[in-house]
Amino acid sequence: MAKISIKNLSLEYSDGTESLQNISLEIPARAITVLFGPAGGGKSSLLRVLNRLNDLADVIRIEGEVQLDDLDVLSSQTDVIKLRRRVGMVFARPVVLPFSIQENLTYGLEIAGEKDRYALESAVETSLKKAALWDEVKQRLDDPATSLSGGQQQRLCLARVLALEPEVILLDEPTSGLDPISTAKVEESLKKLKEDYTVVLVPHSVQQAARTADIAAFMLQGKLIEVDSGDKLFTNPEKQTTQDYIEGRFG
Amino acid sequence: MPKPTRSRHLIQRIGFSVLTLGTILTVIPILAVVVYIIIQGMPAISWEFITGFPEDGMRAGGIWPAIVGTFYLTLGTAVFAVPLGIGAAIYLAEYAPSNRFTQLIRIAIINLAGIPSVVYGLFGLGLFVLFLQFGTSILAGSLTLSIMTLPVIISTTEEALRAVPQAFRTVSISVGATKWQTIRKIVLPEALPGILTGVILGLERAAGETAPILFTVAAFFLPQLPNSPLDATMALPYHLFVISTQVPGMPIKIQYGTALVLLVFVLGMNTIATVIRSRARARRQW
Repeated sequence: MAKISIKNLSLEYSDGTESLQNISLEIPARAITVLFGPAGGGKSSLLRVLNRLNDLADVIRIEGEVQLDDLDVLSSQTDVIKLRRRVGMVFARPVVLPFSIQENLTYGLEIAGEKDRYALESAVETSLKKAALWDEVKQRLDDPATSLSGGQQQRLCLARVLALEPEVILLDEPTSGLDPISTAKVEESLKKLKEDYTVVLVPHSVQQAARTADIAAFMLQGKLIEVDSGDKLFTNPEKQTTQDYIEGRFG
Repeated sequence: MPKPTRSRHLIQRIGFSVLTLGTILTVIPILAVVVYIIIQGMPAISWEFITGFPEDGMRAGGIWPAIVGTFYLTLGTAVFAVPLGIGAAIYLAEYAPSNRFTQLIRIAIINLAGIPSVVYGLFGLGLFVLFLQFGTSILAGSLTLSIMTLPVIISTTEEALRAVPQAFRTVSISVGATKWQTIRKIVLPEALPGILTGVILGLERAAGETAPILFTVAAFFLPQLPNSPLDATMALPYHLFVISTQVPGMPIKIQYGTALVLLVFVLGMNTIATVIRSRARARRQW
């Protein structure tokens, strides 16, 4: 059974930009699902529906159904705070909060009411190890997070999400500002993470999509053009448009 | 065709000279005022002048009651204006929808800042002294000064809040924080130096104003210190006005001595604001 099930999802912003049109998609657990396509295709919008971050944007119409296990994500009854702890998000630009490295990681837990120092410390260590950052920062957890390099900051952002022990991790072009070595490190972490989490990635290039995708979904102008396993979609897509985009004929 | 290098350099040098000259011309009068007041006022400054009561129709003795009065008025203004102003700014920056109504509020605040202080004084007399029957009192004076100070506090606080990167808010919300948690844990601490600067600048203006306290609190001469918020009090700016215009045969050094004390009071607050701001700037790294 799919971890996240999206049925006939449509979305429109008040300024008419980047709407989603009748998207249906099943996102399996313990795999990397990649949403790719040219800019303005609705990938970020779709991502932000899954943790209801779109609540902050000027959405004028949203229709359809999104299920996370048994939870009706779009329902007004849904506790978005709990939802966002289950569905974490990493953004394109690494945004570290203006605290120390350690406080960046404990922030989410503390606002959720966790006070036990031992639990907080162990969450810091576990999440940093999962994000492959522990060895680099274990000596200086009290330094300001801004003292880290860009690549380290992005892995800290990933660790911040992991510290909350979510079920789903959304990544919106997480490597767009990173050099190739840092990018490789993040991709490597993702491949390990999919053993335990449902990963939904908006990649910053077709190449990254092809490298990482278990499931690949090609989106164009708010429509879902084609979904298939990564191996199949990048070697032998069904639709001509998909083929053209992958081969770099547009976009 | 680009101009020859030589002529471009010349234009640049003329430009620099004009700007430098402008800067010097601006600074000279400010320095002159301060230096002149120090030279004229220093001879009056003594322990007795600071801590003593006025004597001989204010022609001798000290200005302690006026110093205490200005301190109380500034404190009273802070008590009313700071929570109200910061609260209003948080609403405007973080919660208010952008519609006609909030636009109207913003325009009102900006215009409030432009109202002449004597009008605030008259308003304070009508509302606090007479209608609410607070009498000529520290309470009425502080409330009047608060209303005058609010626009400064609101607009600087709002600006400080808006300067906090939007991304911090998004990240905080995305890890499950509520809007209020985000404001309290991230936005307010980040904006605090800017807020404090605005608060101090606002209070500093309140401390130095004469017109708003003229009808609402200030006493020409009081032989004792105020005992409660409902007492009238002497205050430095009004005292300066009185001894400069209303008392014949006033020694000039007492006038300038009083001016110097007021100047130190206000510049002292200013210095605190500057220190807070520069410290915060040194710490900030994003």
